[in-house]
Amino acid sequence: MSAGLTTAHSVVEPGRLSKRIATIVVVLYAVLTLLPLGWIFLTSLKSPPDSISYPPKVVFQPTIEGYCNLFTTRSRQTADYIKSLPPPSGSCEQIARDRNMVVVGTSNYAPRFLNSLIIAFGSTFCAVTLGTLAAYGFSRFKVPLADDLLFFILSTRMMPPIAVAIPIYLMYRELGLSDTKVGMILLYTAVNVSLAVWLLKGFIDEIPREYEEAAMIDGYTRLQAFRKVVLPQAATGIAATAIFCLIFAWNEYAFAVLLTSGEAQTAPPFIPIIIGEGGQDWPAVAAGTTLFLIPILVFTVLLRKHLLRGITFGAVRK
Amino acid sequence: MAEIRVENLQKNFGDFAAVKDSSFTVEDGSFFCLLGPSGCGKTTTLRMIAGLELPTSGVIRLGGDDVTFKRASERDIAFVFQLFALYPHMNVRRNIGFPLVCQGVPRDEIRTRVEEAARILRITHLLDRPVSGLSGGDRQRIALGRAIVRRPMAFMMDEPLGALDAEFRHVMCGELRALHDRLKATTVYVTHDQLEAMSMADTIAVMNEGVIEQLASPREIYDRPASLFVADFIGSPPMNFLAARSSLAPGATTLDLDGAAVAMPALRDGVPEKDLVLGVRPEHVRLDDASRLRGEVFGAEYLGTTQVVTIVTARGRVRARLASDVKVTPGEQVGLSFRPERLSLFDKASGKVLRSALHDEAPQRRREMAHG
Repeated sequence: MSAGLTTAHSVVEPGRLSKRIATIVVVLYAVLTLLPLGWIFLTSLKSPPDSISYPPKVVFQPTIEGYCNLFTTRSRQTADYIKSLPPPSGSCEQIARDRNMVVVGTSNYAPRFLNSLIIAFGSTFCAVTLGTLAAYGFSRFKVPLADDLLFFILSTRMMPPIAVAIPIYLMYRELGLSDTKVGMILLYTAVNVSLAVWLLKGFIDEIPREYEEAAMIDGYTRLQAFRKVVLPQAATGIAATAIFCLIFAWNEYAFAVLLTSGEAQTAPPFIPIIIGEGGQDWPAVAAGTTLFLIPILVFTVLLRKHLLRGITFGAVRK
Repeated sequence: MAEIRVENLQKNFGDFAAVKDSSFTVEDGSFFCLLGPSGCGKTTTLRMIAGLELPTSGVIRLGGDDVTFKRASERDIAFVFQLFALYPHMNVRRNIGFPLVCQGVPRDEIRTRVEEAARILRITHLLDRPVSGLSGGDRQRIALGRAIVRRPMAFMMDEPLGALDAEFRHVMCGELRALHDRLKATTVYVTHDQLEAMSMADTIAVMNEGVIEQLASPREIYDRPASLFVADFIGSPPMNFLAARSSLAPGATTLDLDGAAVAMPALRDGVPEKDLVLGVRPEHVRLDDASRLRGEVFGAEYLGTTQVVTIVTARGRVRARLASDVKVTPGEQVGLSFRPERLSLFDKASGKVLRSALHDEAPQRRREMAHG
């Protein structure tokens, strides 16, 4: 072997050792973040005694009791009364009777969950629609005082939203928006629209004007050019923005507690209430949380390709 | 197809005048080039004709109609962009057919017309491919396809070959001109590349700082530059300039350069004592030991068929395009003579050419273009 003979290697390509270290770091981080979620999922399948046993049980007999308790309301009865009843109609009824209880109705979880869906998706739709139009305007037209306006839009995010809770509470009470879905959609839209404008302006700035100009010369109006040429190319940015808006609106807790109590109550303030109903029912809470995660999970998985591209968009010019 | 007439077109961006009082006519079916360095206003002029920019003042007529303030979509003009602007979310077929969809052309007809355009441009095999991943030349052809499929009144092209590599640019130049000859389409073509303009255009407008310095055929512009700017901008290597201070009588045929009487075309009008500039194309310079105009050889660039020899004279450097078998050595003293009938004389202060016998044989095209 001559001393001059070395294998060629790329300067940019990471070495094997650094790749391995990176893998370890990523796996550790993934485990760390997924562990609580996994624990919540396991708890949702435990019986109430298993859920509070110490040391914690990793191996246990899974049951759907948590899910039953989440969706039903039950009342405690005497054993004699339960014996006098006809045979149970479903497994939830059976589980309840084993604990000397009978199912008396459905809980509010399903309607609260539906409220969450309507409010989160509704406000996301509004925020992204308004944000896209505003961002396009700021990006393409000479808007007087554009920089100041953009700063003003951003400045609405500079204080913690809860700092304006009392004014908003009073305002909503006067306007009759308290505990209405429209009120919550408006509120979340207002909070999200600044994020949407800023994120989307970046994306739309990256789309060369020539595309619209070409479309306009081809005979389309500006609005048609926007719809047929700009929107498809901004899809990535819109998807990424929609996910950020949805996550905020879906998870929002403080305003939901303050402004909703019944008709428009979302799932986040409802889930803690479950604890109070007949002892600390951790499996029911865990079940509520697990189900609560699903829409975001589905939405993110559906848009993940866009999300990944969206976050790195513009980093490398094509 | 239609004639394009531009009258007293002006465009200001704030205090900056990008285009100053420009007038010209693009004849029906002709290939018209706007040529100039970057920032000279050529693209702005084109965008105003296309309707992507509104003029500050002036009139644009397309086929006789005043379209000055009409929307781009109402002008029936096709535009080829420098970076092609192919819609990345559509395949080749849909890109080319996009203008027809807007016009409400029936689907079957769109199909046949797209395929016809593709056949002309020899891109039939690409029709169902996505546009990403295609080579620059193919993208160029697709952009052209999208323009010709509409059969518009006129074509606007904004440096359409600028993004291609030099070798392919040359091929596309030939194809573009052939396409133009076939379609007989009125074309306005913007470029900063004089070779593109010279090889394709029927008429060239040389622009500088928002002003059209000269409007004429390529040959006219090369042989009889109207100003120092045009003389310097056109030609590679550019025209040689020799400064002189002199007064000349009408009909003067010689200019005194350091005691050497240089013969030149007979001057039409006399000039009082002022700074003048004599312009000589490199190919009109000869080495001549008998000449009293002397210089020292600085160096030579060998170009195969010819060589460009740089000679330092008391009046500045002169570049001569000589046959490549002429032997020169750096440091050598040589005499220079010029082809008298091909010299241009400029007024240094105004930069304008002084009319002489050189312009006698010139066709009166410029005047026709401007006022006809």
